[in-house]
Amino acid sequence: MSAETSETTAPAPPAGRPPTRSAIRRRGLPPVLRHLGWALVAFLAVVGLTLLTDPFTNLRIATIGYYLIAIAGLALLTGFNGQVSLGHGAFMFIGAYTVALLVLHVPGLPFWVDLLLATVAGAVAGLLAGAAAARLHGPYLAGATLALAVGLPAVTQRFPDLLGGSNGLSFTVHSEPAALIGVVPTTRWQAWVIWATVLLAMVILVNLSRGRLGRSLRAVRDDEVAASLAGIHVGRTKILAFIVSSACAGLAGGLQAFLLGTAAPGSFTVALSLSLLAALVLGGLGSLWGAFWAAIAFVYFQAWAEDAADAVNLPVNVANNLPLALYGTVLIVVILVFPGGIHGVFSRLRAAVRSSRSSSSDRSEGVS
Amino acid sequence: MDQFLNLTLNGVASGAVYSALGLSLVIIYRATRVVNFAQPAFALISAYLAYSINQATGGYWLGFAAALVAGAVLGMLTERLLVRPVRHNELGAIIVTLGLLIVLQAVAGMVWSNEPHSFPYAFDFRGDFSPNSVFVVAAVAVTAIGVLVLFKATPLGLRMRAAAFNADSARMSGVRVGLMLTVGWGLASAVGSLAGMLAVPPFIFPNVLDGVFVYALTAAVIGGLDNPLGTIIGGFLLGVGLSYVSGYLGPELVTLASLAILVIVLAVRPNGLFGRGLARSV
Repeated sequence: MSAETSETTAPAPPAGRPPTRSAIRRRGLPPVLRHLGWALVAFLAVVGLTLLTDPFTNLRIATIGYYLIAIAGLALLTGFNGQVSLGHGAFMFIGAYTVALLVLHVPGLPFWVDLLLATVAGAVAGLLAGAAAARLHGPYLAGATLALAVGLPAVTQRFPDLLGGSNGLSFTVHSEPAALIGVVPTTRWQAWVIWATVLLAMVILVNLSRGRLGRSLRAVRDDEVAASLAGIHVGRTKILAFIVSSACAGLAGGLQAFLLGTAAPGSFTVALSLSLLAALVLGGLGSLWGAFWAAIAFVYFQAWAEDAADAVNLPVNVANNLPLALYGTVLIVVILVFPGGIHGVFSRLRAAVRSSRSSSSDRSEGVS
Repeated sequence: MDQFLNLTLNGVASGAVYSALGLSLVIIYRATRVVNFAQPAFALISAYLAYSINQATGGYWLGFAAALVAGAVLGMLTERLLVRPVRHNELGAIIVTLGLLIVLQAVAGMVWSNEPHSFPYAFDFRGDFSPNSVFVVAAVAVTAIGVLVLFKATPLGLRMRAAAFNADSARMSGVRVGLMLTVGWGLASAVGSLAGMLAVPPFIFPNVLDGVFVYALTAAVIGGLDNPLGTIIGGFLLGVGLSYVSGYLGPELVTLASLAILVIVLAVRPNGLFGRGLARSV
């Protein structure tokens, strides 16, 4: 949770190996280009991975993609800015329904416009939530966002004709260019679209978090009074954090709708919001790398827990609840024992390796 | 007019439950500056225990008593084992209690299954303002008065307030601060379990208290998280208000209405309707 963890991390494209710490290369390119370069490498890696794996795994890779951006947004809000949101599932809900309604009622729009508008819808919702949040802190904010997560999906029952009631909306997104139909399987194409979008969003997020906004976010988290004495507008910074974060969640929801072709209230329960936070804590709060581990954990944790329950033939009641029980346990254990999460463990390992390899002067240069 | 009266009476009965669960949150918040997100899970486990005892013995009150004791024990254990290490880390405390909420709900599902079981009312629940509603309101009123008197007028209450207000000075005056915090968690969780026993019927399932918890938290926040009396009043006001929303606008809007009330109240009075301004250290 310390500010240093994220500062010492190498520039963070969300996939692939962390770059070697070469000071010359770091100074060579402006950060945006460097991050775009890494995003391209990561995208090629994902494309390679989807070509090697079966459609089912492709679907999982795509799923990891949209959870990555949702959790990265939450990392910006909770990890960097210290605001707890128990309602990010509600922002995903808004993004998913935006895409669903646009596909059904404005079928002429290209899919990327739908996704853009889902992001905008998430941002607008974030502006509203953030305006309230700027006055709330800690437990108050957690309570308010929890109410949002519990209350919003019920809106579908209020407007069953428009929003499809508890069954939600189903639709088909025609995104694949005609030239590729039959050549590239749909799921694979969707995984590419999702990862391209997510990586682009991650580049923006990484640049934001390393620039002026990122420093303001951390300053406000660490000490509001000191931050405002230093000329940072505390309320505006908190609202901005909410906007960026919920725009990410809106995009994630939109991508989920794009992938699954449905938007239903049952996918956006309180459990989703809590699980996103759980995954983020497990991955590591202080860094966007944490969000990457978190997204993988989010998707595979559930799968492994189900497989494990099947393998040892647990009773149905136990098996059904095993993933949740593990989630909760992980939350508690991580906070009590490994506050840095997976990323914290990795960066400690890396620091240990580095200090045994290089001179002490090199080490002190990396720590800000 | 008849509908208005009915909605008001129903609102008072459900408001009593929000008050009680809200009160349990406030006692803990006052003692340790932690909002206990696991509170509904303590109440849930207690109610399930009562359910099992009811099934075994056929009576109601033995299970009722067991639920209160179980709640107190869960609260005390949690304070000692899980919350004490993260007390001064606001985010850490929120996440640990949330984790406990998830674990305990999952455990309840493992032991008693996710399917709803029918859960008895204490008294006859039929009719407008039934005997059971009277019991709910009376039980909460007695508990609330008891808690207020305990805090204001007994040596134990004074010690608990001292430990919460300034742990170092309290310790120097001979108050066993750690013990007081544990007792506070136990007391609060017993009150929470009472709220659970009143809120659960007619059916019990692992997520049964989620909604009630959101309303209780809203009640506690609009009453001022620091203020037991404010929370009790806030709970009743919220219960009546949400009952009108449910009756006149539609039950699916109740949660969003409670969010709207929360936001509006905090926009006007950031420390709640009855909260005292809290000087933040600089």
